Amino acid sequence: MMNLLRLIGGRTASAPVARERLQILLAHERGLRGRPDLLGVLRAEILAVVSRHIVLDPEKVIVRMDRSKHVSTLEVDIEVPTGLERSVAVAAT
Amino acid sequence: MAKVLVVTSGKGGVGKTTSTAALGAALAQTGEKVVVIDFDVGLRNLDLVMGAERRVVFDLINVVQGVAKLSQALIRDKRLENLWLLPASPTRDKDALTDEGVGIIITDLRTKFDWILCDSPAGVERGALLAMRYADEAVIVTNPEVSSVRDSDRIIRMLDSKTVKAERGERVEKHVLITRFDSARASRGEMLSIDDILEILETPLLGIIPESQEVLLASNVGSPVTLNNAASAPARAYTDAVRRLMGEAVTMTVPVERKGLMNRLLGRRAA
Repeated sequence: MMNLLRLIGGRTASAPVARERLQILLAHERGLRGRPDLLGVLRAEILAVVSRHIVLDPEKVIVRMDRSKHVSTLEVDIEVPTGLERSVAVAAT
Repeated sequence: MAKVLVVTSGKGGVGKTTSTAALGAALAQTGEKVVVIDFDVGLRNLDLVMGAERRVVFDLINVVQGVAKLSQALIRDKRLENLWLLPASPTRDKDALTDEGVGIIITDLRTKFDWILCDSPAGVERGALLAMRYADEAVIVTNPEVSSVRDSDRIIRMLDSKTVKAERGERVEKHVLITRFDSARASRGEMLSIDDILEILETPLLGIIPESQEVLLASNVGSPVTLNNAASAPARAYTDAVRRLMGEAVTMTVPVERKGLMNRLLGRRAA
């Protein structure tokens, strides 16, 4: 009888919803766990790449990640020393 | 070669203790020498489910601290002569259990038993870590429900990183045991299906234990469900799981309750 009522009421199965929610959540959690120091790694690699071309103060490279319900942002703030032309020239030698 | 198997889950109340008792008894029935260890310090229950609560004198922590010998703390099952229990302590001092102390006990037990089953406490803290620390194999008890699957995932990652085997670059052999499964609800799409769970956890299946009144009946009288009513659906499911643990290829089914005519008429079993 319950099934019949559900059919009439048009209630849909909830298991696919559970499955999808879990898949999204676990993909996120595994990502975090797999790379506990994701920001540190990103910062080091960005610094390495940019330093090939421009002389940088490592302290002035800031990598920030922000997660909210709908959007996640990755903010990279690199302060380039004054006299950019010279820095580029020095890095190239 | 002795095998250390941890029964774990992350989430509480999914059936770790029931499963440890049922698997331990079913293994012992095949002639293997088995010890089940309760790692749930402070909330011990394996002794109760096994019907040995009034025979506990010494416990795991007493042995770790050298107050008692291992042989004094081990309790032999009254029904199966090759099944033993090492109970947990009712003390609140969980720190009394040390990595080193557990290691010494497991090493000693390996020389005396074929199977060492570690009943893990719930959670992902120290107690759960110590229970899985020396494991060769793991049974991850999972209910077909989102929070249980999520916690199982977390425990699987811990088994891959925090165990002695993982630290040596080896792998703990992992199996998922799905408990409290309701085939009818799953077929109506009201419950995560077996395929959903296995796909998400990416871990092989050891068995499917159907939701059953028999589990409560067995714990009421302090008997592993595999001993209390061997013909019941959960008992057959656990027995199949044990055969798979021992390397047999057993077709995966969800056993159903066989009801006699009188039971059908009465609508339920007499307890």
